[in-house]
Amino acid sequence: MKKHSTDVLVLGAGAAGLAAASKAKQLDAKNVVLLDEKEDFGGILPQCIHPGFGLQYYREDLTGPEFAIRLYEKTKSLGVKIYNSTYAMELLAQDDRRIVRAVGPEGVIEFRPKTVIFSTGARESHAFEIGIVGYRPIGVYTAGQAQTMMDLYGVMPGENVAIIGSGDVGLIMARRLALQGADVKAVIELLPYPGGLARNIQQCLIDFGIQLCLSHKATRILGKRRVRGITVIRVDENLREIEGTEFEVSCDTVIVSAGLIPRVELLERAGARMDPATRSVVVNELLETSILGVYAAGNALVINDLVDYAAIQGERAATSAVEYIRNKGSPPVDWKPVTKGRNIRFIVPHYVSGHRDVSFYGRVMQPEEEVHIKIPEIKTELHRIGVKPPEMITFTISKRKFEKLEDNRLTVSIEPVN
Amino acid sequence: MNERTQKVRMICIVCPMGCELEAVKKEGTTEIISIEGFRCPKGKEYANREIADPRRVLMTVINVKGGHLPIVSVKTAKPIPKQILVYAVRAVSKIKVDAPINAGDIIINNLLGTGIPVVATNNVGKTD
Repeated sequence: MKKHSTDVLVLGAGAAGLAAASKAKQLDAKNVVLLDEKEDFGGILPQCIHPGFGLQYYREDLTGPEFAIRLYEKTKSLGVKIYNSTYAMELLAQDDRRIVRAVGPEGVIEFRPKTVIFSTGARESHAFEIGIVGYRPIGVYTAGQAQTMMDLYGVMPGENVAIIGSGDVGLIMARRLALQGADVKAVIELLPYPGGLARNIQQCLIDFGIQLCLSHKATRILGKRRVRGITVIRVDENLREIEGTEFEVSCDTVIVSAGLIPRVELLERAGARMDPATRSVVVNELLETSILGVYAAGNALVINDLVDYAAIQGERAATSAVEYIRNKGSPPVDWKPVTKGRNIRFIVPHYVSGHRDVSFYGRVMQPEEEVHIKIPEIKTELHRIGVKPPEMITFTISKRKFEKLEDNRLTVSIEPVN
Repeated sequence: MNERTQKVRMICIVCPMGCELEAVKKEGTTEIISIEGFRCPKGKEYANREIADPRRVLMTVINVKGGHLPIVSVKTAKPIPKQILVYAVRAVSKIKVDAPINAGDIIINNLLGTGIPVVATNNVGKTD
């Protein structure tokens, strides 16, 4: 077995990982290694062929592959060592030692990194996770699978399509399928509001006359060999099925777009503290997990709306990792917990020191108009015209603001403007 | 004079904020009387454009011969009129290119007489 000491080991060469690896190099980390399970770099970016990437990070409107190429070229030119087709199997962490075992084309490699950044992305929820019953006919895909088929391999998943769930990837696939000549019958959403961004409702559904059925539940996939339809029923405000409202949508393909789940199993197994709200790890403002010297960024940390956030988190994690190496560990800090107040589903990071600027990423539970994001302990009130669960709330609190902090905690809540 | 007006509702697609815009225009024309609901100048600009000449950037994939991937993603270099999107996809889909392709390569010089080129957005290397 090959053994390999590194300063920074980055797992996953998507937006967060590429940004992390290049940032670490720019900050003079000597030995930066980037692993990816795929043959190619970019994570999910190469199959996201639509524009809308990089407006913040590059101040330019790029497609997914263009964003990936730009980040990759920088990473390569800085001298990051990249291992493709290499899968991280295990993280072992004890005191201040970390071991990552991975398997690649040349067999098992054991990395002994000073720091590890998890930029492992997310996986998709599938049909069985959202309570849809039926046989297992051909023609059921997650939105990301359909995207891989169409936009990496040029294969149409089907001709008549029903989409279950209105997450952004599902909406984007509704448009892609419609553009390529498929008949997209409907997008079925259980909740009374869409799961994806409003702009995607406009440019992916309204533009193509695709029907969005809010407060509707897909209950069954019909067909034994090939999908021949789905059954759909209306639900009330408590998400209970309304009897007598059931109908069938005939289709040969079902695409499930039911959200993303961070891929942090290795961290969980290694004993990292988890947050059930994000289904990922608990982190402080350095994006450091409860395991010393191990960081998380991008969709592995929190499901982001924008690739730009993933890249920025990657850079934050890399900066922290390089500081860790320089200081030979994390200096002792009196971490103050960030607690969830009214209408907050999750908020990341979970701990702050008050000694540096902190960018927060969160989501609300309910849509609301005219609100303040309130943090009473530092007398902060940020106005928002509206908040919706599909739209991440982001804000940065400057170090100066934390000087007012009297309590030993922060509470973030959404309060109506009066 | 009896000039009737018409309300047009739309969601701004410029950024993830998703502002709900409402424009009032003279019925049957593209003459705008008022626009409401935008939170930045880009939103107002979008509503104006959306009524006068709605456009979208087109993205699709085209076949590649002899490449490490069977297709390459492409986009129009500028937004094209919304009503020709579907025809444009059909026209672009017929094309087959030879590897290697680099992001930024021009695939079509002038798409359906719009004067707008179609460019590759990914690299596809030659198979050995």
